[in-house]
Amino acid sequence: MDKAKENRAQGVLKRISGPVVTAVGLDAHMYDVVKVGNEELMGEVIKIQGENIIIQVYEDTDGIRPGEPVENTGLSLAVELGPGLLTSIYDGIQRPLEVLVDKMGNFIERGVSAPGLSHEKKWEFVPTVKAGDEVKAGDILGTVQETNIVHKVMVPPRSKGGKVKEIAAGSFTVDDTICVLEDGTEIAMLQRWPVRVPRPMKEKLNPDVPLITGQRILDGLFPIAKGGTAAIPGPFGSGKTVTQQQLAKWSDAEIVVYIGCGERGNEMTEVLTEFPELEDPKSGKPLMERTVLIANTSNMPVAAREASVYTGVTIAEYFRDMGYDVSLMADSTSRWAEAMREISSRLEEMPGEEGYPAYLAARLSEFYERAGRTISLNGAAGSVSVIGAVSPPGGDFSEPVTQNTLRIVKVFWALDAKLSQRRHFPAINWLNSYSLYLDSLNDWYDQEVSPEWNPLRAWAMGVLQKEAELQEIVQLVGSDALPDEEQVTIEVARMIREIFLQQNAYDAVDTFCPMSKQYDMMKAIKHYADLARTAQAGGATPQQVISVRSKNELPQIKFIKDYEPALEKILKDMEAEFDAMRAA
Amino acid sequence: MKEYRTVAQIAGPLVFVEKTEPVGYNELVNIVTADGTVKRGQVLDTSDEIVVVQVFETTAGIGRDSGIRFTGETIKMPVGKDMLGRILSGGGKPIDGGPEIVPEKRLDITGAAINPYARSSPEDFIQTGISTIDGTNTLVRGQKLPIFSASGLPHNDVALQIARQAKVPGSTEEFAVVFAAMGITREEANQFMADFEKTGALERSVVFLNLADDPAVERTITPRLALTTAEYLAFDLGYHVLVVLTDMTNYCEALRQIGAAREEVPGRRGYPGYMYTDLAGIYERAGIIKGVKGSVTQIPILTMPGDDITHPIPDLTGYITEGQIVVNRELHRKGIYPPINVLPSLSRLMNLGIGEGHTREDHKKVSDQLYAAYAEGNDLRGLVAIVGKDALSERDRMFLEFADLFEDRFVRQGLYEDRSIEETLDLGWELLSTLPEEQLVRIDRELIQKYHPKYRKKAQG
Repeated sequence: MDKAKENRAQGVLKRISGPVVTAVGLDAHMYDVVKVGNEELMGEVIKIQGENIIIQVYEDTDGIRPGEPVENTGLSLAVELGPGLLTSIYDGIQRPLEVLVDKMGNFIERGVSAPGLSHEKKWEFVPTVKAGDEVKAGDILGTVQETNIVHKVMVPPRSKGGKVKEIAAGSFTVDDTICVLEDGTEIAMLQRWPVRVPRPMKEKLNPDVPLITGQRILDGLFPIAKGGTAAIPGPFGSGKTVTQQQLAKWSDAEIVVYIGCGERGNEMTEVLTEFPELEDPKSGKPLMERTVLIANTSNMPVAAREASVYTGVTIAEYFRDMGYDVSLMADSTSRWAEAMREISSRLEEMPGEEGYPAYLAARLSEFYERAGRTISLNGAAGSVSVIGAVSPPGGDFSEPVTQNTLRIVKVFWALDAKLSQRRHFPAINWLNSYSLYLDSLNDWYDQEVSPEWNPLRAWAMGVLQKEAELQEIVQLVGSDALPDEEQVTIEVARMIREIFLQQNAYDAVDTFCPMSKQYDMMKAIKHYADLARTAQAGGATPQQVISVRSKNELPQIKFIKDYEPALEKILKDMEAEFDAMRAA
Repeated sequence: MKEYRTVAQIAGPLVFVEKTEPVGYNELVNIVTADGTVKRGQVLDTSDEIVVVQVFETTAGIGRDSGIRFTGETIKMPVGKDMLGRILSGGGKPIDGGPEIVPEKRLDITGAAINPYARSSPEDFIQTGISTIDGTNTLVRGQKLPIFSASGLPHNDVALQIARQAKVPGSTEEFAVVFAAMGITREEANQFMADFEKTGALERSVVFLNLADDPAVERTITPRLALTTAEYLAFDLGYHVLVVLTDMTNYCEALRQIGAAREEVPGRRGYPGYMYTDLAGIYERAGIIKGVKGSVTQIPILTMPGDDITHPIPDLTGYITEGQIVVNRELHRKGIYPPINVLPSLSRLMNLGIGEGHTREDHKKVSDQLYAAYAEGNDLRGLVAIVGKDALSERDRMFLEFADLFEDRFVRQGLYEDRSIEETLDLGWELLSTLPEEQLVRIDRELIQKYHPKYRKKAQG
């Protein structure tokens, strides 16, 4: 009986059609990981149809023939979690790319497996519990200094827990037992977790703390909360990638998970070469020390691209459970959706809109729902903020991926090709973007920045909105035809755009703008607007007000690190000029 | 090798064969017709019961009596040192009357993906001698920068000029050129060949020709053969290879044709849902590898159906390639060559290859300022159409004039005019100097003092 059962773990291939193959004579469950063909390519069961087991293969299937063996591992697609994740660069199924270079050279060949974590490297484990303590699933047993980040070693989420029998400090590999419970359960640092299942937690918290990114248009006008979700749609060439990289570099999350999903090889290389060189503004250590990169470029196997997003979010959740704030970038979810479409079409499934599978919306919402600020099983508060890029074909926002994404996410940063053509960077359109977190973040800005900030932001948005209306008139009749007051409004709006909104990612200082500086800059612009209004009330002409020279110095503030003295001087000059105007 | 005579169905370029031995996916197939001609094909779908073969040539002459031979291996390209200077068919056979290629290696044409970790970041500036590319949309080694054109525009001239003039200043290494034509006319092909011969470029080129009347399905392998050759020249022999692929639109049409014949569920506008992945498999075969001498730089050319940049072909291409050079009908009508519209054009890798140590310290700022000023002037043209020139402010008029000047001086250049990057940047400064200095808000004062013609003259005088 047992023997017959054993044999069913091995089947044969019946049909091969690109990345989708069919096997027969195999016992399998949905999402079991299987080894396909003589070369044991990695695959995953995605459909069961009577005797036919349909498998998506994570590697190239060229030359594979019907009749070759298929073996079921009985496991689902899982990632290895433990010390060693940080600084790693993985492909979509958590194979370390660096190890792959050593194993198979500069090109990605198939049939090579590599574990996600090093199983040889020893880590210094320091226990935080002692023998006799009661531990339950998710509890922290001890720590490992992984990089400058402290890796917290936890009891696996599905463990029963119990009383600690033995635990000791020492040097261990991820497989070594670090803790034995009374009931004999041995716990190692390594955990495996199936990528398609969200990791459990105690509760989700409200998003009331912003994720500070140092990007003025984001923090200032359209903030995302820690644990929130945002989408960056953008036609190609609108600076989407640069914006995402800026977020990865500067957001105040402790851990960054960056998924390059179906994107360009050279661009990934830019990330791969830049991140290790970048300095983390807080620790002074390389940014890479708190980063996990997943790079599945557009020409790497499509099924692995489908998996890459899950691999990334599972790693993010793992760090969240330790109590860290994690920001996850997925660039681009459209490529992920396309991978689903491609596989769905190979399965000959009934297509939904534009050939995408009918379950597209469900998959997208499942993914974004894995974001959140949470209390983990051990009581620590952490968060996963998800920032997904969408690449709408032809810049058409009505297409299914963008639409289904917008129904879920709370923040929308509308990149605009027109702005980037004008070299207005970041090319985020201030009229079409929105953040639904503004209300829940109000208190934070009141306390941490200034009670004046929220009204100031509302004022700036009002001016920009007004400008848009006025521009329509200007287009028709020219700017001279506007009332005096509105001519100044246009000037103030221009200042908000050019001084506050435009930000140079390549300038050493301007690339990150702290909230306090954002506040000072906006206040300075408002100050000019107020002075101008008073001057106009006193009879000054728009030309007089607009030609105030000192305000032209304001943009320089962006590029000065210790900007306060310079700003003070400009404000003083400005007041002097207005005083002179009044005197005249 | 066993020969099967079990053809069940023939539809378009596809042949369905029954009751075979186990056949490998993507395997090369030889089909022997009744009169003895051998046609080549590739396995698209394989199972116990039926094998679907895509035939690269016309299916004329194939019938139920044809013999099918499965070769047991995927399509390989014989490559060797003596390929330079040769002209091959779109299927890789010599058509210049010369001998067969002496293969040093036989390489799989699908090509494996370069491990992103093994890539080295592209940063060597390539001078094409064309101001609108060098100055504002700089090409760097290892980049893939397509030309988006449309029917009736001189994209071939632009591609030829690039192929002719491309060099890395200060480097003596020469480019090898791999040229792959897919479905272009004999006339266009002749234009390319004549130019290659005239300039002596043929000696350092490998040419693949699939012409308009060659089988459409063959087009699906032509770029792969070309890129396999390019990778061999680059990563085995250490050449810096420039690959020109024209016209990718014809390639995509061929993909659609096969998709339709297979009765696949179509994606946008009938193109197959996997077109992105398929195109990525071509475009991504560009780059530089750490510690390896050569490089592959790609210039694919495509014609946008109906001048529509949102059409699936340019759209998906733009998502994979690192920017695009857009050839514009309006400029062409104005008689400006090369009619490159810099506004929708973009080079994503530009910032890696310019500035001090690459080109000149002022490059980025000058380029940004030119862009911004031209964009503003161009916008004003719409306004002028409504309110007339007189209603414009003094400032607006200057920008309007700048736009005209930019097109006439900066964009326009001769077919054989090879401008150095210094000439291009100085020309940019000259044009910018027509604007008041305080309008040059994107350039630091220091650079203005150093490069603005006003100060330069003073310094000299």
